[in-house]
Amino acid sequence: MAITTYTSGEQVEVYRFSIPATILIPLAAVFLQAWLPLRIHFFSIFDLPLLVVIGFATARRSPLAGLVTGGLIGILQDALTHQPIGLYGISKTVVGFGASSLGIKLDVENAGARFLLTIFFYVVHEVVYFMIARGLVGLHMAWSWPHEFLSGVANALLGVFVFLLLDYVKQRT
Amino acid sequence: MDVLGRYRNLIVLVGVLFAQVLGLAVQVKRTSDSEPTRLIRIWAVGAVTPLERMLVWVQTSTGNVWHNYFYLRGVRAENRNLKAQIERMSLEQVRMSQDADQARRLQALLAFKEQFISQTMAAQVIGSSGSEQSRSLYIDKGENNGIKPDMAVITADGIVGKVLHAYPSTSLVLLINDQSSGVGAILEKSRLQGILKGTSAGEVVLEKVMSDETVPPGEMVLTSGGDGIFPKGLLVGRVTKVGAGSDLFLNIRVRPAADLSRLEEVLVVTKIDERQAQPEQTGAARAVDILAERLPSVPPKPPENAEKGDTPESAAPTTPGSDAKPKALPPTSAGGASPAAVKPTKPAPDAGTAPMPPSGKPPVPKANANGADAVKVSPKKVSPEPVPPAVAPKPQSSVQDSPQ
Repeated sequence: MAITTYTSGEQVEVYRFSIPATILIPLAAVFLQAWLPLRIHFFSIFDLPLLVVIGFATARRSPLAGLVTGGLIGILQDALTHQPIGLYGISKTVVGFGASSLGIKLDVENAGARFLLTIFFYVVHEVVYFMIARGLVGLHMAWSWPHEFLSGVANALLGVFVFLLLDYVKQRT
Repeated sequence: MDVLGRYRNLIVLVGVLFAQVLGLAVQVKRTSDSEPTRLIRIWAVGAVTPLERMLVWVQTSTGNVWHNYFYLRGVRAENRNLKAQIERMSLEQVRMSQDADQARRLQALLAFKEQFISQTMAAQVIGSSGSEQSRSLYIDKGENNGIKPDMAVITADGIVGKVLHAYPSTSLVLLINDQSSGVGAILEKSRLQGILKGTSAGEVVLEKVMSDETVPPGEMVLTSGGDGIFPKGLLVGRVTKVGAGSDLFLNIRVRPAADLSRLEEVLVVTKIDERQAQPEQTGAARAVDILAERLPSVPPKPPENAEKGDTPESAAPTTPGSDAKPKALPPTSAGGASPAAVKPTKPAPDAGTAPMPPSGKPPVPKANANGADAVKVSPKKVSPEPVPPAVAPKPQSSVQDSPQ
């Protein structure tokens, strides 16, 4: 007997983004992430590309699209640093996959859910990055739960506004 | 097949992650000489930096219009202050020129080889890496402008970092507070050498200084020249905190002299020359002449025929070997005659061989806003202009006494 629930894949809204939006929004996010910290110094605690990955993934609700989007945005972000390419790529691949998978199960249309989701995936992103950076690349990194949590809250606050902006460009399938 | 279909997403995820981990492992394993990801980086930089360059151009242009045409309030007062500052610096320059002459003579005796910055290129900071784990900047000059990896990047305040990657029209500069950075450094007074490294938190520490040494907070840190990138003697920063470190070494925290978070323009050192001080450049000097330069002297007695309207200069004996040798006068006050005017003349020392100021600050000229042309500077030179004559001439003696 098939059980249909409110959160099943058949009942949740699935959105898509136009090709220009798919290309330009991640590019703009990476650009702003590289440019704004020079002008607004505290902006470096934000991870704008990560917010875009979460926003795209939860709107599309397709794990494959989520992991590909996350991977590409992460690699683009990696390419601007001097670290090996793949650190952000792997972290954002995981986040893209997780956010889209969770987007199928949960209602992520309201601001509260988005806020909590962003905190959760920010911490996931940082944990994955930390593990790869320490374990595979050999970077000396310090871990601080208060710092990560506060950064997560800051990113979640910004994320609520970023998701509202993305709502304007997403299209119902 | 059902299993594959059911777990398709998970299988793709594992495949993508595996591919990226593999690529990461290959990059980590390879030597730093080869750069397998250069193409990806060039594409990414090419996609992002044109917009950054355009925004910086708009920002600079707007700022120039404002500062050059509208915001001229206080320029007159500023001009007055600058003139007073020039007077003070001129006096200081006189003293330092004498020290430099003496240092050159000693260097010539020791066959000492010195490094100096002979050419720099002004560049504008157009972006950052955008990551706290990669403390680096993008500048608007690249391979097309002659920038190469491992060139030093400095400002008038102190060192900034080195060029890590040079792309066609931009370059990635690794800052000194990045944890993968390393700069040979020396403490100004104690002359203790160490390695300056960044931390994951973006701080700068001086490592490899033994724990039985005493390092007072506030001491200046200079480049030692041992890294082969930065010439010796450039200002790095000041010691802020000294504590016990791991093993037998001290944990010395340094505050960089250059504000690494607010950089707008930098100078890339495109050429460093090394040369040996030549005795013929400085000329032989007798100990008595050196002393004469340093000691204050009694002003020459007015000649008897002064009343007749002749000036003292015209009446002063000029015959070599006479008692009235030309001697340096002590520096006058700022309001008096300029040092160049009261001192007898001597050919100016070569560019790049003037001494460091007492502050240890590299006297690099302010970067040109357009940054198009290379600027010739020296880390040991007070200004790009030739040093004005300020030291007493050496008497033409046929006997070549050994210096000092």
